[in-house]
Order: sequence, then structure tokens, then C-alpha cells
Amino acid sequence: MVNAAVSDPPAGVEARAREVAASVADPELPMLTLADLGVLRDVSVSADGAAVSVGLTPTYSGCPAVAEMRAALDGALRAAGFAEVEVRTVLSPPWTTDWITAEGRAKLAAHGIAPPGPAPVRASGPVPLTLSPVRAVVVCPRCGSADTEETSRFSATACTALRRCRACREPFDQVKEL
Amino acid sequence: MTDDDHVYLSLAENSPEGDARWAFGTGFEDPLHGVDPALPPGVDAAALAARCLALGDDALVAAQRLAEWVTRAPELEEEVALANIGLDLLGQARLLLSRAGRAEGAGRTEDDLAYFRGPAEFRNVLLAELPNGDFAECVARLLLFSSWRLAVLQRLAGDEDPVLAAIASKGVQELTYHRDHAAQWTVRLGDGTEESRQRMLRALDELWPYLGELFAEEPEVRDEVECALRQVLAAAELPVPTVTPSASTVAASTVAVELGGGRRGRHSEHLAPLLEELQSVARSDPEATW
Repeated sequence: MVNAAVSDPPAGVEARAREVAASVADPELPMLTLADLGVLRDVSVSADGAAVSVGLTPTYSGCPAVAEMRAALDGALRAAGFAEVEVRTVLSPPWTTDWITAEGRAKLAAHGIAPPGPAPVRASGPVPLTLSPVRAVVVCPRCGSADTEETSRFSATACTALRRCRACREPFDQVKEL
Repeated sequence: MTDDDHVYLSLAENSPEGDARWAFGTGFEDPLHGVDPALPPGVDAAALAARCLALGDDALVAAQRLAEWVTRAPELEEEVALANIGLDLLGQARLLLSRAGRAEGAGRTEDDLAYFRGPAEFRNVLLAELPNGDFAECVARLLLFSSWRLAVLQRLAGDEDPVLAAIASKGVQELTYHRDHAAQWTVRLGDGTEESRQRMLRALDELWPYLGELFAEEPEVRDEVECALRQVLAAAELPVPTVTPSASTVAASTVAVELGGGRRGRHSEHLAPLLEELQSVARSDPEATW
């Protein structure tokens, strides 16, 4: 590692590390990869190609899946031949649901989970109150009807809300806007 | 050595995957791992440590009270909601206590701070430690606490310490949702049945004086927080409690406790049993990593 500052890792190694890290599945929404979820911030490899460093950002401060994500990244990269793996927390800028990729949104919908709408815009000044359930249009991932209602603001995980479709009568999860 | 007959021994044996098969105990326990710990020049480390500790303790104690609702909430969906709100606060507590430990510079980790301090060393506001009452009290406390904390964290999102600023920015997203949740329940209960309205009125009367300790701590957020609370009460068709928020003492326990004392380690009788439960497992094996 004497020349770490001046030399690059062998050609293709960094791309491979990136590919391995990007394909690790999210532990709570396993139809998504960490890349789909938008929580991978950077992947870099040391000059000798042995050590990889991954920047990971949490979705929610207390998301218990973060420990699983770190362990899964560590396992996948070691299995791919990297002797040293470091997963760093990256806090800024904070993750919002806008980081979920278009492919990620399509996969959510295909698995019966409504993807989030645009994240709330943070203007300066006091945060406005929302005093009644939001009337935003959320399309039923099962039948495509826009006639859906919120039944609970929290579902099985912090990142989802529970909704019901008035047309096909099925309940479904929605990744709520953050 | 392999002993497939004994489940615990086989769990403990070396696996070809190494420790990667475990989510915990993999050396990833520091939630700030990889975050540059350096303090920007000119930042008062002791003041930063105190600030992070106080806000971390508020979150840790509030999260513990919310967790106590699990199996006791009026409906399953609400139980899930309160647990998730508690989980957000627990996450904020971990980040803030880690930062407090770094700024303090004495080598204390989030676990040292959460599990190995006694009640007099905790700096949480009294509002956070009060025992859970009925569901209306739960809603009223969440409304006051999250309205105040949201305004405080929103200001800290511009703090000169980039780590505290980043923790606060994330917290603002979460607190916005918590406050809306409490506000929507306040409207539902206040504008609900005669029974729910009476309970909501009683809960607000009981907890309103605690705004005094919150504003004493953070006077600059007072107008903004009161404005939001008035908006919620108006929508719920509830009167603003007449109890003055500047009252110096409240009947927080059998012995009147000085409002604002929490930030100086002067707590009600309710904090010690809460901590005893929170810390019992860690203290039974102080060398373990959680």
C-alpha cells in the first residue's frame, strides 16, 4: 500500500466491487438491491485491489436493517475475494425516498408495494403540519385503481404505510414519502 | 471442534463465512463508524457533548416509554405506530450518544452512556420520563415532545458541528411524521366522543406545564412551537390549557420536582425504575457488546 495515494487499483477491480455491493439485496424489501434503494453512496478499492470501502447511508435513524445491510455487504465482498471490507456510515445528505431508483420503484410495484411519490420539499421556516390523512393519489399496485385510502400510517416497517384499495378491496403497503 | 449435538456449541463454532453470518457482533456496533470524528476548529467540545447527551437522553427515555405501549395499545396498528416512532427515537439516541462520547473525549461509547450511568447522570427532560397514562396522555405527550424536538432539531440542522447537523437533519424528517401522527390523534380524540374529548382535555391540562421546562431549555423555539400547538388544538376544537407554562414546579411525582431539573440530573422518582429495566441485561454482563 506504499503507493496507495498515487496508484489506482488494477483495471476493472473497482467496477467489480461496485457491482457486487450494488447487487446485495435489501433485508426488509428483498426484491430491491441496495443500489435500487439508493443507500449506497460510494465504493472504492485500495491500490493493491485487496481492500474495499463502501459508504452506506441509513434510511431511518433507527432502521434495524442497517446492521444486516452492513453484514451482507461484508459477506458478499469477502466472498468476491476482497480481503478487507470497510462499511462506513454516511449521514449527509440524509436519504430521502427520492433516492429509490426508477428500477427500484418498478420492482416494488411488481411485488405489490406502492412506490413513494415525490419526497416532501423542505422549505425554510417552520415545518407545516398535516392535520388529516394525506389525499395524495396512490395507485393500487394490484389493480391499478387510484381509488385507495390510508388505513394506517405505519405498517410492518418504519418506511411503509398500510393502504386499502376501494376498487379491488385488497390491502397493500406503500413506501411512504420521506 | 465440532459438536453438532449441541445447538449452542454449534452456534459458537467457527463458520466458513466467518462472522458475516451474524448481523450483530461483527464489529459494526458503532452507528457513526466511518464518520469523520474531528471537531471543526472553534467548536466547544464540552458544550457539544452536553448538547448531544441531553438530546440523546430525551430520545432514549422517550423511546423506552413508547416501547412500553407494545401489547398495550388500543389497536394493533397503533401499537406498530408507537413502536416505530420509538425506534426512530432510539436510532437518534444511538447517534447522539455516540457523538456525545466522541466530543467528550473520555472514550465512552453509546453503550457506556446508555447502560452504565445512573439516574442522576441522565439529562433528559422530565416530560420524557413520566409514566405512561392512558392513550390520550400518550398522544398529548407525543404532541408536545415531538413539536418541541422538531423545532430544536430543525435549528441544529445548521449546527457548526457537521455530525450533529447531519443527525438533526435526519431527525427532522422523522419528527415531522411523529408530530403529524400525534396531531391527527389529538384532532380525532378532541373532536371524537364526549369520553375521548374529556380524556384529551385532562391529558393536555396535566402535561401542558411541562412546556415550561422545554422552553426554559430552548427559548428561541417557543413562538414556533406554541403556534403549531394552537393550530392543532383549534382543529381539535379544544381550548388552549389555561395552566401557565411558566409554573416553576409540577406534581411530577409524590414529591414536587423542580421543572427543568432534568437537564441538571434532578429527576422524578419515575426515572430510576425505567433505567433499571433498560439497563438490567447489559449490567448483568458488563463485558458483552450489544
